[in-house]
Amino acid sequence: MGGRTLFDKVWDAHVVEDLGDGEQLLHVDRHLLHELSGHRGQLEIARRGLKMRNPELALGTLDHVVSTAPGRRGAPFAERIVATFRAESAKAGLRVHDFGDDGQGIVHVVGPELGFTLPGVLLVCGDSHTCTHGALGALAWGIGTSELVHVLATQAIVQAKPRTMRVRFDGLPARGVGAKDMILALIGRLGTAGGVGYAVEYAGEAIRALAIEGRMTVCNLSIELGAKIGMVAPDRKTFDYVHGRTYAPAGALWDQALAHWRSLPSDADARFDAEHALDCSTLAPQVTWGTSPEDVIGVDGVVPDAKPEALEYMGLAKGRAIAGTKVDRVFIGSCTNARLPDLREAAGVARGRRVAPHVKAWVVPGSQRVKREAEAEGLDEVFRAAGFEWREPGCSMCVGANGELVEPKARCVSTSNRNFVGRQGPQARTHLASPATAAASAIAGEIADARRL
Amino acid sequence: MEKFTTLTAVAAPFPRKNVDTDTIIRIERCTGTPKEELGQYAFEMARKDPDFVLDQPRYRDAAILVCGEFFGTGSSREMAVWALAGIGIRCLIAPSFGQIFLANCFQNGLLPIVLPAAEVDALMRQAEDGRPFEIDLQRQTVNGTLGFEIGARRKRMLLEGLDEVGLTLALEPRIAAFQAADRERRPWVYAGVSNAHRRAE
Repeated sequence: MGGRTLFDKVWDAHVVEDLGDGEQLLHVDRHLLHELSGHRGQLEIARRGLKMRNPELALGTLDHVVSTAPGRRGAPFAERIVATFRAESAKAGLRVHDFGDDGQGIVHVVGPELGFTLPGVLLVCGDSHTCTHGALGALAWGIGTSELVHVLATQAIVQAKPRTMRVRFDGLPARGVGAKDMILALIGRLGTAGGVGYAVEYAGEAIRALAIEGRMTVCNLSIELGAKIGMVAPDRKTFDYVHGRTYAPAGALWDQALAHWRSLPSDADARFDAEHALDCSTLAPQVTWGTSPEDVIGVDGVVPDAKPEALEYMGLAKGRAIAGTKVDRVFIGSCTNARLPDLREAAGVARGRRVAPHVKAWVVPGSQRVKREAEAEGLDEVFRAAGFEWREPGCSMCVGANGELVEPKARCVSTSNRNFVGRQGPQARTHLASPATAAASAIAGEIADARRL
Repeated sequence: MEKFTTLTAVAAPFPRKNVDTDTIIRIERCTGTPKEELGQYAFEMARKDPDFVLDQPRYRDAAILVCGEFFGTGSSREMAVWALAGIGIRCLIAPSFGQIFLANCFQNGLLPIVLPAAEVDALMRQAEDGRPFEIDLQRQTVNGTLGFEIGARRKRMLLEGLDEVGLTLALEPRIAAFQAADRERRPWVYAGVSNAHRRAE
């Protein structure tokens, strides 16, 4: 038998039962719940007369529908959803990190931050960006409501084993180019369906060089590559990141866990069903021009002669430089880019500068803890002084579930993950980019290259 | 779950690529609209176009959607499947599907059929004349001759309308045995959360 991949090792450790025909019943070690998909699943198991099997292996937080405005006054529908989630969680014995608590925030920011996400665990959540947690070497993917009900009731999930893909990010990106640019460039290269049916492992020099938060940004966009699962082998940085966090093992259990985690990286002779490589040393900061994450170019590039429908929606002309396109809104936030290093990167650009008068720019920290730590460093002051709005943690304008939307035909440079038609609001025009590019664009009032500011 | 055996119905051609679940059902409809009422909001924004395929008289009763590449990409919202079911769609044919969307289809008795792009293109042309398609899940055929692949277990679940939660609950002793053994192998997975859980109370 040949070597095994990281993915194989974690998968195999979770097989409860082989159901035949390529499907297996897998144990769920960690279940993350947020109020929007969570409350619906909770109501459904109650309706069916079932109980949550292992509340101690789950964790809840509030992110999708909650207001991120100072004071948090949400719409009545949001209040109802949050109230239901709190009540059902209390009944089930599920711990929820509520407002005012460090653990309130975007599920995919909070899970790793609390040490709830660990290397080698199988983690699911009713949200497609659950692939984020793969950055720690967890096997993690997003599930729908029915699967969520299944996990609540059984602490297990039925899954067909995907094929494996390895993507090597070779070389090191230049200054001002980072994790978001790397993964957007890959999606541009392979297409948004390039990863369909695969669990992807990201490897190579550039991945090893990234901080854990950067690896989360890369894994986060796996679903935009078509893959439900994206992973990075745990290493010293991972262990240092996890150590001492609220729910992380301690003492003798830590030593035992560490020994196991060290065995997880893919064996040298492991075979992948597909392999790709991308040279990072020549990458420019990336920005999307169309209505799919695959519609991406360097910020120094020109709008291509492609997808006329997308160009019309975006109000762009082919052959024109993308830099210099006037913007109305800037959104720095989301499970892709709302962690402390992301905010530092944006603040580094914003420091001592002013947001263009016609631009409305928001910074929405990923969690209460990120917000607190950013404030301790004075980042909130940097943003406020530059004319950014500094808000409360939540998903906000990435998905608009709480009503925080971009106006029709307004153009928004966003650090989020989806530039779909209408994603940030009906007729809203979204350009995905890194925190540095977003901040630079807010200052310039147009799509801008942070390296030239 | 509703069984899926055979289906004879009009198929609507919807060649757009990368149709995301945001397009199928807007997020505002996912925050309180009852499952049974989602159909009226399916493709809400696209339907502002008077020529939208499902609003053309010959496709009004379509129960099959022949789709472009990577249908159902994006958000995990199962409301996308519920909305499609709400307008009577029972079967989708595409070269590829968003993977979470695909899983959600199976959970709701909708049959997603994956076929090579050239065959989907041919079906797209056949759908133009509005004649019904025949889907036979038992024989795994579209219109009698065109075969498709589906996992045997998924097939049986659709044919018999089986509920996955019920099937897994019957395996409860296996889950309990797994946890008992796993507690020995990986105690930190269990003790870590429980202890901190208790500490936090």
